[in-house]
Amino acid sequence: MASAVTGELSAELRGFREVQRLSYECAEAVAAQLKPGVTERDAARMQREWLHERGVRDWFHRPFAWFGDRTAFVDFRVPLQFFPTNRRLEAGMPFILDMAPVYKGYTADIGYSGCLGLDPLHDKLLADLEAHRELILREVRERRTLREIYEGVDRLMVRQGYANRHRAYPFGVIAHKIDRVKERRWAPTLFGFGTQSLKGLASDALHGHRDGWSPLWSPYKFSDHPPVPGLWAVEPHLGFRGTGAKFEEILVVTDSRDPEQSAFWLDDDLPHVRRWNEGAV
Amino acid sequence: MAGLNGARERRVRTGGIELCVAELGDTDRPTVLLVHGYPDSKEVWSEVAVRLAEEFHVVLYDVRGHGRSTAPVPLRGGFTLEKLTDDFLAVADAVSPDRPVHLVGHDWGSVQAWEFATVQRTEGRIASFTSMSGPSLDHFGHWIKQRMTRPTPRRIGQLLGQGAKSWYVYMLHTPVLPELAWRGPLGKRWPKVLERVEKVPAGDYPTSSLPDDAAHGAWLYRDNVRARLGRPRPDAYAHVPVQLITPTGDAFLSERLYDDLGTWVPDLTRRTLPAKHWVPRTRPDQLSAWIAEFVRANEDAAARAPKPVAAKSDVKPEYAERFGGQLVLVTGAASGIGRATAFAFAEAGARVVAVDRDAEGAVRTAEMARLIGAPEAWGETVDVADEQAMEQLAAKVAAEYGVVDVLVNNAGIGLTGSFFATSGEEWKRVLDVNLWGVIHGCRFFGAQMTARGQGGHIVNTASAAAFQPSRALPAYSTSKAAVLMLSECLRAELADQGIGVSAICPGIVNTSITATARFAGVTDAAEEKRRQQKASRLYGLRNYPPEKVADAILGAVLHDRAVVPVTPEARGAHLLSRLSPGALRALARWQPPA
Repeated sequence: MASAVTGELSAELRGFREVQRLSYECAEAVAAQLKPGVTERDAARMQREWLHERGVRDWFHRPFAWFGDRTAFVDFRVPLQFFPTNRRLEAGMPFILDMAPVYKGYTADIGYSGCLGLDPLHDKLLADLEAHRELILREVRERRTLREIYEGVDRLMVRQGYANRHRAYPFGVIAHKIDRVKERRWAPTLFGFGTQSLKGLASDALHGHRDGWSPLWSPYKFSDHPPVPGLWAVEPHLGFRGTGAKFEEILVVTDSRDPEQSAFWLDDDLPHVRRWNEGAV
Repeated sequence: MAGLNGARERRVRTGGIELCVAELGDTDRPTVLLVHGYPDSKEVWSEVAVRLAEEFHVVLYDVRGHGRSTAPVPLRGGFTLEKLTDDFLAVADAVSPDRPVHLVGHDWGSVQAWEFATVQRTEGRIASFTSMSGPSLDHFGHWIKQRMTRPTPRRIGQLLGQGAKSWYVYMLHTPVLPELAWRGPLGKRWPKVLERVEKVPAGDYPTSSLPDDAAHGAWLYRDNVRARLGRPRPDAYAHVPVQLITPTGDAFLSERLYDDLGTWVPDLTRRTLPAKHWVPRTRPDQLSAWIAEFVRANEDAAARAPKPVAAKSDVKPEYAERFGGQLVLVTGAASGIGRATAFAFAEAGARVVAVDRDAEGAVRTAEMARLIGAPEAWGETVDVADEQAMEQLAAKVAAEYGVVDVLVNNAGIGLTGSFFATSGEEWKRVLDVNLWGVIHGCRFFGAQMTARGQGGHIVNTASAAAFQPSRALPAYSTSKAAVLMLSECLRAELADQGIGVSAICPGIVNTSITATARFAGVTDAAEEKRRQQKASRLYGLRNYPPEKVADAILGAVLHDRAVVPVTPEARGAHLLSRLSPGALRALARWQPPA
């Protein structure tokens, strides 16, 4: 996969970037409409409809929405608890919107953290995510093993005083591979996940198993390998006493020898990155 | 005037009585009006008054028939709540004609003030009311009625409990005898009784007017108690914000009296204080801090608007009631149990000093503590094993932040390896941190607590290894067993002074202690790292969160528990250590694989 940070992105990467931007636009549009009394189910439906109107027909996973202490996955025991509930948004509550649409055959998987009203604690969590974005990119460029990087993120969270909440995701993943998906007229989902995307993931897992790598970036032994070229949806998730925050975006890993080219974030013009840049000015 | 040096005195006439009124502080400041109880005079407030006078215009008066105020003639019928309300209005109009006053009442002063705060004619004259150890007779009447009309075993228990505590009320209703007793032997012995039973510090309180105060004051009970308890007013709703300070060791009033208070007071703030009845004498620092905070909040409506952040997460209300505004110092606060404890206290509204060797971590803990509810928080860098540094820290904390209310000696390091593999150097380091760190903390900060003489609490983090012997952890277990015994001895010594000491025995908790632990006899850095990772992984699998230990620590302070094993394995070991120590000895022989 050849591409450049400085030069033009390949057509393929442009396709991914387009759907990622579309998703973040959706998140911002839905977030702007959230008000006290809206339920998680409402918020999930709003994301689904917004994207459907713009041509999204298939999903890597259907939209999620978490409100209040559910942003930190407090007392989550079984995966079913990730699905949107009838919890109502209240003033001062943090929320996370997470969606993974497939658009024109390209997949994105994004996470958007916000808060209804001002909360200095939530601001702090968002600001502290920046260090994780830098750490992940730096260590991927150094070609450390995914497991080591995972542990590095873990240590940084502990130092910051936070709990690692991506550990609650299936297989405890901080990231997973995403890829192009064939567009079919009939695109069913299974437990919220698109069957086409699951098929892609399963096939990657099979190939990876033969070659000693995994499309799931986890703390376990099967992630004890250097980063594999491809697109990774990376989602570090912080939790602190009932408040959670995350971002999720695509990291491009290539087989280039130039460190700058070997890994880069697909798009630096995203809400959370803009926020950090504005804060720095 | 005893203890009220510099007070300006004036006399206020009302209804044929002359009241003796004392004022301190700048009259342009908000007025705080202190009302004393029975058998007392305004001097009961002297300690609190001088502290409040630094910031407020403080006014105290002798209730009619007490101190240097004159008594009504005849006494019978001269002490009704209606007449006491007249007195209050007269004083308030004299000292603060244009602005409402902030009322504070103790004992019968609080009983009266409840009347002031719930009758219509005082509306607009009171800005806030802080009540301690004195319920509204109307609320009390309804409380009794509810329990009599719908008795359940629990309600009957509550009735009998308070009924027993009210023995002195029945005595005061007998004619003449109380007067004879107070003017005779009881009046003479009362100061000693207060000192011995109520732990009131000796000094210029009670004043020489005590026998007369007590004899006249009996009419407070005779004129009001039967009338109000029998026919409580149905509309006794408070028209002002109320702060209720409940001493948990009060011998005369049950905490249960205030269970239904929420229905009478729309704007209620609750506080609890581990102390006996005479809190204005025994806990002046804490009282003046809470009164000042409440007055400030109700002077400036804007400052009151945002409720504490803590409201959004599930902080137990009893923690916020007890620890709000208290000064808490935690060592080893840059990670693990120490950090979680600092956060838990912060959420309860305490002011936090986070101490650690790791400067960056300590500052970070303080920063996050402020974000979750601590009004103030500081990070301090100290190695607890360093005696001089600890002494300097104690001096600095006392000078800049105040005397510590709760001290948590938590800093500790791990060391494993057989007895003979452990070098002298390693022994020394473990004992220096785990034991001497605790000793230094108890000595320097405990000394400040005892010198202040207003209670406090010390928590020492021991370990389940303190009662579970093990061939794998000889040095660590020894240090922790010493901490456990130190805590028990200190608890005995400080009990008289109202200072509690608790030893916490966590067990296997997922913290960074494994990542920094030393392995005796292992010299190879890579091998050490491998063992640290392995231990961390095991502790990670157990995955008992430090937040639960923090909760146990707050609970231990709240309930003054002596020894608190936390995890199930720690509780099991604690039980076995008493039931069948042989089983633990057998377990101690087990050699963990390297």
